[in-house]
Amino acid sequence: MVPDFSRRPDPEELLRRVEAEERQKRRGRLKVFLGYAPRVGKSLRMFDEGRRRAERGEDVVVAAVQGDVSPDIQAILAKLEAVPTVRELHDGRAYEVIDLAGLFRRHPQIVLIDGLASDNPPGSRNPQRWQDVEDLLEHGIGVGTAVNVQHILERQDDVARVTGKRASNSVPEAFLNEADEIEVVDAPPEALLGRGGGAGMPDAHQLAELRELALVLAANVVDRQLQHYLSLHGIAPTWGVEERILVCLTARSNAAAMLRSGRRNARRFHGALLVAYVEQEEISPEDRRKLDANLDLARQLGAEIHCLKGADFVDVILGFAREMRATQVFLGHTQREKRPWFSLSPIERLIEEAVDMDVRLFPHGGAA
Amino acid sequence: MSDGNKGRLKIYLGYAAGVGKTYRMLDEARALRAEGADVVIGYFEPHGRRDTIAKTEGMEIVPRRIVAYAGAEFEEMDAEAILRRKPAVAVVDELAHTNVPGAGREKRWQDVRALLDAGIDVLTTMNVQHLESLNDQVWRVTGVRVRETLPDWVLDDADEVVFVDLTPQALRNRIERGVVYAPEKARRAMDNFFTETNLAALREIAMRHAAHEVEGRRRPAPARAPAAGRERILVCLTGSPSSAILIRRGKRVADYLQADCLALHVSGSSERDSRSVERHMSFARSLRIDTHVVDSPGIAAAIANFARERRITQIYLGRSAPRPFWKRLRESVVQQVVRLARDKQITIVAQRG
Repeated sequence: MVPDFSRRPDPEELLRRVEAEERQKRRGRLKVFLGYAPRVGKSLRMFDEGRRRAERGEDVVVAAVQGDVSPDIQAILAKLEAVPTVRELHDGRAYEVIDLAGLFRRHPQIVLIDGLASDNPPGSRNPQRWQDVEDLLEHGIGVGTAVNVQHILERQDDVARVTGKRASNSVPEAFLNEADEIEVVDAPPEALLGRGGGAGMPDAHQLAELRELALVLAANVVDRQLQHYLSLHGIAPTWGVEERILVCLTARSNAAAMLRSGRRNARRFHGALLVAYVEQEEISPEDRRKLDANLDLARQLGAEIHCLKGADFVDVILGFAREMRATQVFLGHTQREKRPWFSLSPIERLIEEAVDMDVRLFPHGGAA
Repeated sequence: MSDGNKGRLKIYLGYAAGVGKTYRMLDEARALRAEGADVVIGYFEPHGRRDTIAKTEGMEIVPRRIVAYAGAEFEEMDAEAILRRKPAVAVVDELAHTNVPGAGREKRWQDVRALLDAGIDVLTTMNVQHLESLNDQVWRVTGVRVRETLPDWVLDDADEVVFVDLTPQALRNRIERGVVYAPEKARRAMDNFFTETNLAALREIAMRHAAHEVEGRRRPAPARAPAAGRERILVCLTGSPSSAILIRRGKRVADYLQADCLALHVSGSSERDSRSVERHMSFARSLRIDTHVVDSPGIAAAIANFARERRITQIYLGRSAPRPFWKRLRESVVQQVVRLARDKQITIVAQRG
């Protein structure tokens, strides 16, 4: 990839990066194993990687296990040193709490922590276990941990829509974004159900939806980290990995059809939907009213709306589309009946210049 | 999805060599055998990886057959021998492989279909970049043009897809430790294809595609929109090399939207590139696109008429080649179609290739 020198950072920005890199060097490395349901095999993957690292000479300690430990995992745990959780009773409820003080004294290279989304009892140093992990990382200890998608705070509405249930404890998505590595642990739903789901296990259809949620969540984390890496190294962002659809609205657009299609495409591609319009100075009250109605509709659909300014419609739209890494641009067909002599209409010019993205034109009004 | 007598196909999907697809597949094969299933290894690519080779110990392996080609000998999977052996389950590595000419079927996925047709369940592996519809996207992101591809419907038809993940850092560590390739090849791989950014991008593509495959499986076929309400996409082909990009893109969008996909070539004005047109038409048919030819001197009008007659909702066009200024006075085909079919959605496809 060719470095884009127009993006070369200013000195302030460079200083911030150096400071961030220093902080990053002192901090322990975090690796998260993400699953879509219990029994998908996250814990096994995590502990097995810990075992392999220990065999290669790294200093690995187990700090928390979860629930009924399977024989596979037990065999691995037998080979690893443990700093066990401490059991604390509070208002008749038992909590398994990570022994932070013990871990700081022992100070291994890597700590393995299962059941990331656990609450600590009231009065603890941290209310939740993921905050304990943050403390370990700040002390320069590396952490491997495992979590399911239903425990990611920002995904809990989606999960509740699928399963009708909401987990009581959670981990913020920002925690995943900060991770040095995130690995998806995938298996077909049948395999999970075959392992004796037990009470409260989602059915095959629900599991498939959770699986999709987990894969898209991981893809979004990977995308954010990739773009961050590229910008740190002064490399132009990658384009086309994620489908990003930019709907350009005007007063005359058939906004309902364009937005509906944009949203459907973004969903099916597990991509992003953006909406933009170009601010015009000379616009009739009638057009202003229509444009506002179109933007209202976009807002109702929950789209991100961008107001663009600039003299030339084509340049403004294309500049924004490239900046936002759009892969598809949706526009209305031109309504002019006659093509101007010796020159291109704005839509024709946009089509000619948008060589690096799909341009989709939509009919106005009535027709589909 | 398979009917009663066909074997079940399970695909381990990854984003690069070395992520652990074969290892996972062999794990599953051993588990099935432990449960008493009649499992054979039909084809296995050891790549000198010790952990993986250890997984084949004690498993029955159907010997490969030797194929002579261009003065050299090649080893290929012996599909006929597996068919004669007729196990319950066959393990077949590297689904996207192209067989040496003269070795029977052209592609390994065709061998696999023969096994499935004979009622044999198949476990197999592939990387996402081998999917036909992603070829241009992968090229754009990584700068690598993948030559061995397979049509998307092969993956879509699989009964089960499992995404095998490994982080790029872990994969690069494995390559550095010499687990994946021999040292010299490892260095070249790290500098070229296996850069952190390439791996991260391919992995993201694989995750999104796996999500798409999962979604496709949880939407049962009868729930598809009825023919009347379904989108119909028309891809307009010419002899231009960019038509291949257009076909892949149109088909990809059609698949994602569960839309019908048709291809049209308007012949008549010039026959000079009829061979490349025919090549594009047969490429389209291999992706299960319904192809049509209309003979007419007016290309744009023929496209607009066809679109109306066939109730097309979206027309896919390639870009017109850049033209010298004196020809710009006349409308290009794209401009004419845009003018003649304002009642349709028209997509002018990016130059991704």
